[in-house]
Amino acid sequence: MKLIIAIIQPDRLEAVKQELYRQEVFLITVNEVLGHGRQMGVAEVYRGTKEMGNLLRKIRLEIAVNEDFVEKTITAIVKGAQTGESGDGKIFVIDLVECVRIRTEERGHIAIG
Amino acid sequence: MKRFIAVLMLLSFIAVPAVMYAQAQTQPADARQQQAVQASDARQAPSKSDSGDTAWMIVATALVMLMTPGLAFFYGGMVGRKNVLGILMQCFTILCLISVQWVLYGYSLSFAPGKGFWGGLEWIGLAGVGAAPYPDYAPTISHQLFMVFQMMFAVITPALIVGAFAERMKFSAFVLFTLLWATFVYDPVCHWVWGVGGWLKDLGALDFAGGTVIHINAGIAALMTAIFIGKRKGVSNHTILPHNLPFTILGTALLWFGWFGFNAGSSLGANDVAVNAFIVTNTAAAAAGLSWAVIDWIFNKKPTMLGMATGAVGGLVAITPAAGFVSPVSAIIIGLCVSVFCYFAVSFIKPRLGYDDALDVFGVHCIGGIWGAVATGLFASKAVNPAGADGLFFGNPKQLLVQIIAVAVTVVYSFVASFIIYKVIDIVIKVRVQEKDEVIGLDLTQHHEKAYTVLE
Amino acid sequence: MKKLAVLVVALLFVCLAVAVFAQEGQEIAAKTSLSPNVRPAVTIDTGDTAWVLFATALVMLMTPGLAFFYGGMVGRKNVLGVLMQCFIILCIISIQWVLFGYSLSFGPARGFWGGLQWAGLAGVGTTPYPDYAPTIPHQLFMAFQMMFAIITPALIIGAFAERMKFAAFVIFTILWATFVYDPVCRWVWGAGGWLKEMGVIDFAGGIVVHINAGIAALMTAIFIGKRNGGSKAILPHNLPFTILGTGLLWFGWFGFNAGSSLGANGLAVNAFVVTNTAGAAAGLTWACLDRIFNEKPTVLGTVTGAVGGLAAITPAAGYVGPFSAIIIGIVVSLLCYTAVSVLKPRLGYDDALDVFGVHCIGGIWGTMAAGLFASKAINPDGPNGLFFGNPKQFYVQLLAAAVTLAYSFIASFIIYKAIDLCIGVRVGEKEEIIGLDLTQHHEKAYTVLE
Repeated sequence: MKLIIAIIQPDRLEAVKQELYRQEVFLITVNEVLGHGRQMGVAEVYRGTKEMGNLLRKIRLEIAVNEDFVEKTITAIVKGAQTGESGDGKIFVIDLVECVRIRTEERGHIAIG
Repeated sequence: MKRFIAVLMLLSFIAVPAVMYAQAQTQPADARQQQAVQASDARQAPSKSDSGDTAWMIVATALVMLMTPGLAFFYGGMVGRKNVLGILMQCFTILCLISVQWVLYGYSLSFAPGKGFWGGLEWIGLAGVGAAPYPDYAPTISHQLFMVFQMMFAVITPALIVGAFAERMKFSAFVLFTLLWATFVYDPVCHWVWGVGGWLKDLGALDFAGGTVIHINAGIAALMTAIFIGKRKGVSNHTILPHNLPFTILGTALLWFGWFGFNAGSSLGANDVAVNAFIVTNTAAAAAGLSWAVIDWIFNKKPTMLGMATGAVGGLVAITPAAGFVSPVSAIIIGLCVSVFCYFAVSFIKPRLGYDDALDVFGVHCIGGIWGAVATGLFASKAVNPAGADGLFFGNPKQLLVQIIAVAVTVVYSFVASFIIYKVIDIVIKVRVQEKDEVIGLDLTQHHEKAYTVLE
Repeated sequence: MKKLAVLVVALLFVCLAVAVFAQEGQEIAAKTSLSPNVRPAVTIDTGDTAWVLFATALVMLMTPGLAFFYGGMVGRKNVLGVLMQCFIILCIISIQWVLFGYSLSFGPARGFWGGLQWAGLAGVGTTPYPDYAPTIPHQLFMAFQMMFAIITPALIIGAFAERMKFAAFVIFTILWATFVYDPVCRWVWGAGGWLKEMGVIDFAGGIVVHINAGIAALMTAIFIGKRNGGSKAILPHNLPFTILGTGLLWFGWFGFNAGSSLGANGLAVNAFVVTNTAGAAAGLTWACLDRIFNEKPTVLGTVTGAVGGLAAITPAAGYVGPFSAIIIGIVVSLLCYTAVSVLKPRLGYDDALDVFGVHCIGGIWGTMAAGLFASKAINPDGPNGLFFGNPKQFYVQLLAAAVTLAYSFIASFIIYKAIDLCIGVRVGEKEEIIGLDLTQHHEKAYTVLE
């Protein structure tokens, strides 16, 4: 089992969701975060006080998947989020030790899907 | 060095009012003396000005001013979080810009007596606009007060258009467009319908508080901009959701509150026509709000807050040309119907024709204004206002015809003239922001500001 | 024990109110026994009364408006602090004014204050008091002035935002209103006030409100010290609130300025027109300055400029015409922009929300501008200014501004220091980091999860 964490541009979220649904990946968690890689932010000014805004709004997705879905999910996210510009984001894949469905208390591979 | 020169240029703007003031001073001495005497009279013992009428009109002017910030929040709540300051800035800039334009030359172009395209240059720099009433417009309040009351209408009209091109117009292009539109579209149309010698006024068109001059005028210009600026990025895939609906409701409340000044103030005095206008304004808004809520219930299973607020605003728009001429029962009918028309325009016509009028300026203000102008031709009654006319339902079909002419003229002229202005600006500096700026958001890219902090 | 003490103080207040009320009852009884010959023959004009009533309500609305103007500019953890301070001032000064503030400010006695003749509003009835407002009830004039007395201390809040103890703030407000606002108000507007006798013109409060509060703000900013993390620490948490506040302030300012003619007359209309014009010109100018120096016009800058313009036109509204208003508006933004962007960082005081930079500088320029641009053509009962052949007026204006600056700074400082020695004015560092909302009021402005 793997946990896929993706940081993407906020305006690509819809496209990424559609691609994931197409690959039959329906269970995702989304939240808004701040961050940056090499892409620098836009300067902000408040009555003469300059703020070099370098933390940009991003969207973070967390998707728990079984092994056979990992590549499909990565491909879907890339397809939806890629624009070719800097700031497209990153995908991290980490090992998932356990997964529990709270309603039925099932564990493991069955609980993920 | 460049900045220093820019500041010097800014300072040179002081020359403009200084020169205009000097020119006003070259008026014959007795005219100035007369103004001073009249000012003195007005202060001590009003000879012509009525203090009750003056009191109400000062209040009404302030109320209409409040509608521009109200509109800013009405729109601001409906756009995305990254574009709200863009809307607020546009509305606020219009308030400042048109306030000055009106004083310098806008009032003269709109209201100076004359049969031409504009009213004339007689009152440039408010020369001759003093404390004495100008009876052709408002016999019981000072001319200055009439001028400043009309100023607030001139301010809010271009602000309405903002909703159509929300989230994608360059700020510099917007400023130019506003200034040119006010001068070449608002001022002429205002003159034709309300100015002494205006040809639509002479034809007999009735527009109590601005259905044609403001709502149809701005609404059709909005449609034009929406069509030619193009759709927002990504709007075909998904709706851009309102980021703060309570702001929109706050804006609606301020608009409804201010609209009492807009409509009831247009009687230019504290009299029974004002009271009638006040009543029908409230009634039409209420009927329209209920009507939209019911339509939502039928078509979308639940009444929505945004729908009801939109309906109420539509009702206020529709009653605007009719407020001084129709009865409360007519107002109920006008309000019930306008929501049907506007809902249809917004939910069926817009998606089918495919233009991205982001905040439904055309659908609510233009359609609502057209219905209101037509409704005036139907429901106007001399029993309500002997100085007005009768409409079709009171035995005078000619009025309806005149109303339709006025509507048609305004729609055609406003669309064409606005388009010419838009195209010229587009060729010179390009109106739409670049795609990557649109994605980041207007707040950061056009104003280097964020509306809300995230971490703290 | 502490709570008991607080209760006792509250009870004392109630007793004071009762005593004053009893006295008022006596006064009214005495008054009605006056023979008709003694009563002055003035008539109430319903139009004037209608307008000033509404104007009073408009000025009241400016205090919540100011609360949101400031509230949007502070951090999310301090917004309730600002709102609470504004609202408590609305409540406190409303009572203080009725009990003794009005009498100290406008009472007919000659001296530092106006005397206690009108304490508890004794003798302040429906008959007009011709020295102040001949066509509206005396009570209405009192209520109108009350709203000015309320918003003036509220302006100062911006300077010490995010670091003042609430208890210290309450005491400071009451003492400041009594010992700084009321005297200065009396000198400039009270019958027989010495600056008024000298001929100073202050139509709606450039000196009494803006310079007065602005310099007190500077004093507090200097002596309370910088915020943790310096002035860059906290960004505006909700700029739309600030714009909302500006809209309400602009709307209310029509009551502030046009209402100060105390009647629905040509002078009120003139004040209305120049108020709007100056605010507009100043807003545009600041937007241009932002464009020149910061590449983009900002909305915070535009609204700040507009407020500065409204502040600057305040003393001059009943004496100048629309063109002078445009010039006044353009210049005030230049001055305030410099004060905020150049002077403040260079001198290093942490005037958090630029009260000194906008209100004091704006008020000083407005007061001077009244001395430059005033014209009898606009207001035959007023003087001419320097540009219309009367340099003396300009000097009187400068003198009044200087006196107010000196007195307000020193008196405010004494009050501040006294409170600081007794209970300490600034919150502890830990409390400042957690935020005033939680530490001073045990409340959070916004929920996070739901």
